Amino acid sequence: METKNTIVFPAETLDLVQKIMKRYPEGKHKSAILPILHLAQAEWKWCSPEVMDYVASLLSIAPVEVYEVASFYTMFHLEPVGEHVIEYCRTGPCCLMGGVEVYDHLKKRLGIQTGETTSDGKFTIKEVECLAACGWGPVFQIREKFYMQLTAEKVDQIIDELSK
Amino acid sequence: MKILTEQIDVPGIETIDVFCKHGGYQAVEKAIKKMTPDEVTEEVKKSGLRGRGGAGFPVGMKWSFLAKPEGIPRYLVCNADESEPGTFKDHYLMWKSPHTLIEGMIVSSFALGANTSYIYVRGELMYVIHILEKAIQEAYDKGYLGKNILGSGYDLDLYVQPGGGAYICGEETALLESLEGKRGNPRIKPPFPAVKGVWQCPTVVNNVESIAATSWIINHGGDAYAAIGVGRSTGTKLISASGHIRKPGVYEIPLGITVEDFIYSDEWCGGIREGHKLKAVVAGGSSVPILSAEMILNTVDGEKRLMTYESLSDGGFATGTMLGSGGFIVMDETTCIVHNTLTFARFYHHESCGQCSPCREGTGWMDKVIYRIEHGKGRKEDIDLLVDVAKKIEGNTICPLGDAAAWPVAAAIRHFRDEFEWHIEHPELAIQPGAVYMRPGASWAQ
Repeated sequence: METKNTIVFPAETLDLVQKIMKRYPEGKHKSAILPILHLAQAEWKWCSPEVMDYVASLLSIAPVEVYEVASFYTMFHLEPVGEHVIEYCRTGPCCLMGGVEVYDHLKKRLGIQTGETTSDGKFTIKEVECLAACGWGPVFQIREKFYMQLTAEKVDQIIDELSK
Repeated sequence: MKILTEQIDVPGIETIDVFCKHGGYQAVEKAIKKMTPDEVTEEVKKSGLRGRGGAGFPVGMKWSFLAKPEGIPRYLVCNADESEPGTFKDHYLMWKSPHTLIEGMIVSSFALGANTSYIYVRGELMYVIHILEKAIQEAYDKGYLGKNILGSGYDLDLYVQPGGGAYICGEETALLESLEGKRGNPRIKPPFPAVKGVWQCPTVVNNVESIAATSWIINHGGDAYAAIGVGRSTGTKLISASGHIRKPGVYEIPLGITVEDFIYSDEWCGGIREGHKLKAVVAGGSSVPILSAEMILNTVDGEKRLMTYESLSDGGFATGTMLGSGGFIVMDETTCIVHNTLTFARFYHHESCGQCSPCREGTGWMDKVIYRIEHGKGRKEDIDLLVDVAKKIEGNTICPLGDAAAWPVAAAIRHFRDEFEWHIEHPELAIQPGAVYMRPGASWAQ
């Protein structure tokens, strides 16, 4: 677990935080919670209480205002995750394209179930709802990247590539 | 006839130079230099453009409701939270041609007298957010955004706001709560956003596709737009086509083509995948009623159904559906309707914000009951129980998520009750991998 004093954005990100806060009218900078939480998660992989406290301090708001937001939105990881978080679409259109079978293959390949992390800390899998890529399903996302028209073979290639 | 996607495959169209070479930003020039905000609004009214996010409310009329009290800022917020299962058109448009949206944002903001506007994009599309932000910077550099645009004295700042993964934020008041940095709990209306929106200021929220269409309307006139389509379904519509078709993807159609053409013509979906037959369609995103092959192709009066707001809803929910967001999900005979309905019920259960008890509890019960039917543990009385739960959610919630959750379950039972019964009566068969009930005599069952 990281300690409190190590949780500080790099200078470049701090500049960006200042810019983001100026997107909103004076006094309404609480609106910056979501963009800053995204930056924080990119930096520290998950939103630990310490990370959320830091975000609150940047915005001069109460920590609970950050907790209640982070816990509402599914993109924020409130538990530690692996190096690569595979967010797998489980909604209807992807299922029509064989999404369930490909997902079973992924779980078998990694030897873990939904919500779990591989013992080497490399991969976490999560089930997510529709990713707005239904015509290119089955789909999963790792960070910002979409992996589309998945098959068992494609999943193997992706895992091989990321395991290097 | 294409309005939004005519140049979408031109190499480099995501850059402002190529976009301008192909006629981009002419609507900004025309609106800001030659028109008043009211004239822009008037053209949009004349066009008959209806909200493309799903509700289909006339855009021009929505704009005219905007309160304009002296000294209080007004806002335009673009709803790019596209999360309705089956819908991916806004994703496609913003990814391929970001300036199409940005140009529309400038024209629309000018019409509304907004000096700050936001594009609220679902957070999962972070790569699209980067594309938009790059394009917005280009527009600033060219003088289409910022202070004194084209020397007119009109100022506009445009920002992209990421969501955090919550379907409910596509509901406009939840979106505004989210934009204020809060949980996405929908607000009680009235007051409507047009009077009290973001930060309690007058706000218009429009879908990506609606806003993008305004540029063409300004360039060519509202009458030219209204000349496309049928009746009150004017213009073109982006349809997200997915499922068991030869060519899934996003298609821009003139409203008014037949559903049959859309599914089978090579210009659009290209027909059902090789060796299979059409069983059912969800025509407007997961929340609209599913229809069987016969019902989606023809109305109850035997007329060919058209891709329009009116024709798709012909017959009401008894035999019709809705155009909705244009999320067109096609299913062939290999599809288990119970399983598909389960994924939708699970979706709404997951996405309910929890504010209203009929939705919070009801979506959970529908998910659980369909789950046990799908997994061979259904009870005889479960089907009526589902109908009852759906009825008790519908119309009893602050926002339309409750209806959106109830309709797909109610419609699946209405039109495919025999599949639910089969699961309950033959659990040993229903739990076999890939097991699908075949309705005797159905067009897809031979």
